[in-house]
Amino acid sequence: MFAFIVRRIIQATVVMLVIGFIGFSVKHQLGDPVRDLVGISVSMKEREALRDQLGLNDSFLTQYGRFLANAARGDLGHSFFFKKPALDVIFTKAPATIELVFVSSLIILLVSVPVGLYSAIYPKRFFSRFAMGVSIVGVSIPVFLTAIVLIYVFAVQLHWLPSFGRGETVNIMGWESGLFTLDGLKHLILPSIALSSIMLPLFIRLIRAEMMEVLETEYIKYAWAKGLSRKRVWLVHGFKNTLLPVITVGGVQLGILIAFTILTETVFQWQGMGFMFLEAVERSDTALLVAYLVVVGALFVVVNTVVDIVYGLVNPTVTIASR
Amino acid sequence: MKQLKYIALVLVMLLAAGTVGAKTLKLAMDADPVSLDPQVQLSGGMLQYSHMVFDPLVRWSKDMTFENRLAEKWERLDENTVRFYLRKGVKFHSGNPFTAKDVLWTLARLKKSQDFKALFEPFTDAVAVDDFTVDLKTAKPYALLLNMATYIFPMDSVFYTGKDVTGQDKDAIVKTGSSFALTNASGTGPFKVTSREQGVKMVFTRFADYWDKSSPGNVSEIILTPIKKDPTRVAALLSGDVDFIMPVSPQDFKIVGKAKNAKLTTMSGGRIITFQLNQERRPEFKDVRVRQAMVYAVNNAAIVKKIMKGTATAAGQQGPEGYAGYKESLVPRYDVKKAKELMKAAGFEKGFEVSMMAPNNRYVSDEKIAEAVAVMLGKIGIKVHLKTMPKAQYWPLFDERAADIMMIGWHSDTEDSGNFSEFLTMCADKEKGYGQYNSGNYCNKKLDALVLDAQTETDLLKRGKMLQEVEQILYDDAAFIPLHWQHLSWAAKNNVKLEAIVNAQNFPYFGDLVVE
Repeated sequence: MFAFIVRRIIQATVVMLVIGFIGFSVKHQLGDPVRDLVGISVSMKEREALRDQLGLNDSFLTQYGRFLANAARGDLGHSFFFKKPALDVIFTKAPATIELVFVSSLIILLVSVPVGLYSAIYPKRFFSRFAMGVSIVGVSIPVFLTAIVLIYVFAVQLHWLPSFGRGETVNIMGWESGLFTLDGLKHLILPSIALSSIMLPLFIRLIRAEMMEVLETEYIKYAWAKGLSRKRVWLVHGFKNTLLPVITVGGVQLGILIAFTILTETVFQWQGMGFMFLEAVERSDTALLVAYLVVVGALFVVVNTVVDIVYGLVNPTVTIASR
Repeated sequence: MKQLKYIALVLVMLLAAGTVGAKTLKLAMDADPVSLDPQVQLSGGMLQYSHMVFDPLVRWSKDMTFENRLAEKWERLDENTVRFYLRKGVKFHSGNPFTAKDVLWTLARLKKSQDFKALFEPFTDAVAVDDFTVDLKTAKPYALLLNMATYIFPMDSVFYTGKDVTGQDKDAIVKTGSSFALTNASGTGPFKVTSREQGVKMVFTRFADYWDKSSPGNVSEIILTPIKKDPTRVAALLSGDVDFIMPVSPQDFKIVGKAKNAKLTTMSGGRIITFQLNQERRPEFKDVRVRQAMVYAVNNAAIVKKIMKGTATAAGQQGPEGYAGYKESLVPRYDVKKAKELMKAAGFEKGFEVSMMAPNNRYVSDEKIAEAVAVMLGKIGIKVHLKTMPKAQYWPLFDERAADIMMIGWHSDTEDSGNFSEFLTMCADKEKGYGQYNSGNYCNKKLDALVLDAQTETDLLKRGKMLQEVEQILYDDAAFIPLHWQHLSWAAKNNVKLEAIVNAQNFPYFGDLVVE
């Protein structure tokens, strides 16, 4: 286990170095950050002076060297727009994104498992067919459309839920949370439904397919023959064995969920990392961009490590240490 | 025990009295101010902020004249000097009194600001005659002195003097790092900044000692939230989550217009959208007949109707109506037959191929407009290879003059006609900065001379004639393809009296806003 974690940390460092390098190479294509810092009528001479002052006119290697040296000390650069260290900006924005992803994952879990199991066990019933039909439609609707429709129906027409933002948050040891106020929870509903809508159909179908396959296996037939209760056959013998591929896919999809926060957060003016990223692209706030990429890269490695560990716990035939 | 009850009762009554007439305005804009320092960046957003927290010496009224603010009155002493009599008894948010010293200090800082120094270049040192009289002086006669006085928002010189906790001077103008003025503000304006979380929320509270007691404004608190996406901003208004939004995208005009609880206000603004024809890249564009043919080929009235949904005014010249150089006879030209004849006369009957670039997130419907113009030029045989991109990538390419035809929109910082030519159509001069956005490389010495003379002409009638001649030359030369002037748009709930506070400069005067 220890060797496994050490290996993962080394891997994470390599991944972050590579991401940092790629991010750094593309940032020159993203436009001139100075443009966003001055009015349009400011002369080229003034802009050039500002570029010099920010070190943007140095050679690529000089800039990259400086970036690495600072990164080694935990400083991933300075956001031009927020006028603060990039990591500080990301960490103040992270809780919003994490809470959104967390609630979305919860929705996915709570809906996809029962629906998936039900439609595997009773594939011919009306509800199962209906769920399959809806999930086909769900897969093909882009998330921003779902979001706009949700806002239009529940905020503009029905006035049930707020249309944008995080609402009231409480500060819990530096973590701005919207999970503990009624207003915050209300604000969470629409964005998290919108975000979960992209993954939900996939998981319903995955669980259904896996479960149907498992139900056909010899040991399930044997369990029936032994006269076990239906609950036990479905939930213990059947469901537990459908979990393995679901966990693997889940780990990968969690990353994609984080990627989709960029769209969802923008539509809902949700003040998280995804929204921050999109704005940073538009403002060519390059330091913040590179820092975001490095942080998300690290997040991916952590998530995958956790998934591997969980995998080992669920399936005893996989021993982490020997991998 | 009885006493306690009385105290509680009194407290409740006091609280109730405090809330009577207390109105909170929830305001949603596409972006929030980038800093609390009014001089760190010259942009519409920062000027809107300045009008809330600071007060200018004079400000624009709705009919494009000047309204007194911190300057009660003014008079021109001679060609180079205007004397301003300042308002007495005005207090800054910090409690410091406002005097002539603050005006001098502010002007000196403006001349140091990277963004404002070019605009204040004509000014020499101001002189304080006494505590409430200031002479603003220019090196040469300057017709736009009052226009520039709308940009002088006196800052609290005492408040901004000294060193902050990091040892940096409090008056430092810092673009990308921390500074005292970035997070602290003391102006004379109707609102104080009480909290600010950049990009998330900003809260303004009414300044109790605000000098303008005659202002009808009754808003005691403004909560400003940036909402970037147009549909979300409109949804926030229609769902009742916010009271006032700006801007409103043309696609949403219909839905806001139909809503029972909100109303839309639009006004013609001063931003012209044009295409420039690069004469250095394309020898064909040197021929005036080709340029004219291209102007004749573009149906800008149709673009206004179909793409802008009527929220723009088709243009034939740079400055809109109300500006000194506006000439009524210079109307949009659209005549495909004439365009074809001109092409034939120039020897390009078969046409040619050109490259075109336009941004896709800078101006209203910019990408669609570029596509429409490309098709229209195709009808006279000019095959256009169009490339559109986000503004962050567009501006560096614009600086390189990377395509034969490039889109540029311009709003005059001085609210005056000359400014358009100084940036868009004067011969490019890196030293003096003229023609900085002249990607067409159009160059006409006669035009340059007229614009420069107009800068120092203080006889406004004569000056107007000169600037009208400038527009006439550009029209005859078909120096660029004019498209339209964008309209401005705001929307609010029915109880918010927004018409009274908006203007063509897009600086809503929130201090005077009445909420019923």
